[in-house]
Amino acid sequence: MTALLPPGTSAPEFTLLVTPDQSLSLSELRGQPVILAFYPADWSPVCGDQMALYNEILCEFQKFKAQLLGISVDGVWCHEAFAKDRHLHFPLLADFEPKGAVAQKYGAYRKIEGFCERALFVLDKNGIIVWSYCSPVAVNPGADGILEALESLPK
Amino acid sequence: MSTLKIPVGSTDHIQGDQNAALTLVEYGDYECPHCEHAYLIVKRVQKHFGKRLRFVFRNFPLGEMHPHAEFAAETAEFAGTHGKFWEMHDLLYESQNRLGGELFQELAKRLKLASADLLTALETREFLDRVRADFAGGVRSGVNGTPTFFINGQRHDAPFEYADLVAAIEAVLQSK
Repeated sequence: MTALLPPGTSAPEFTLLVTPDQSLSLSELRGQPVILAFYPADWSPVCGDQMALYNEILCEFQKFKAQLLGISVDGVWCHEAFAKDRHLHFPLLADFEPKGAVAQKYGAYRKIEGFCERALFVLDKNGIIVWSYCSPVAVNPGADGILEALESLPK
Repeated sequence: MSTLKIPVGSTDHIQGDQNAALTLVEYGDYECPHCEHAYLIVKRVQKHFGKRLRFVFRNFPLGEMHPHAEFAAETAEFAGTHGKFWEMHDLLYESQNRLGGELFQELAKRLKLASADLLTALETREFLDRVRADFAGGVRSGVNGTPTFFINGQRHDAPFEYADLVAAIEAVLQSK
């Protein structure tokens, strides 16, 4: 397992596709907290998987004006189908080409398997990482750590 | 390791001895098939540990995914205000494939509750705040899907088949 970028680090900039014809750059979100949720793959076969859970609690994140971004190596078309099926109300970014390049910058890529770690980052409004956490791939980390990190941000 | 942030208290739905050495808390969704599967397992676990275990159920409806889940949770809370929470909880899981307004009315009648009052409560969302408070507390505690169990306050991060739960609870009992 590679080491995640630790708190205090400036979050590396990236631009990824968010729909087949739209991209999003991290720097566009300066001025508000950002939650980056790297995850292994779309379509985990359980109820209330990690992305579905976050979708249910978006309002808790919005209390902190935080923007949630899900990131995996799945392509935009896959993300589109997944988001539609699960009624997701937040963007899923495709770290697809070159595969896993953004995850690698964050120390959140599993080279052998070829997918992202289940890694979470909370960035402050200036794009500095204030909290990061890597969960065992099989364990959905929930959102308690994210909320604690958001609470710790200066008002 | 995630831990239960909201202590078990007087507003909780609790089965079993108040002074039991063990507390099993479940965050569940009435429309979740995994919770339905867990429903009978929990009953067996309760039987196995008897007086040593108390069981607490809290609401964690995944409303985006399960359109009836919040209403089902509100129906159980309605029954709870008339002392029939657990009866309704059981009936809802036992009829999971028919969740919906018609079933809620039928179950209220079966438990001799005023079905018209239930209808009003669901229309005005009288119990939604209670359900959402459970949900928010669960999020704080690291609930990561349904069902999520906490054994004496520690999240159970393993399968929840009967043997798994019994072994995990035994382990806590021995460590005491």
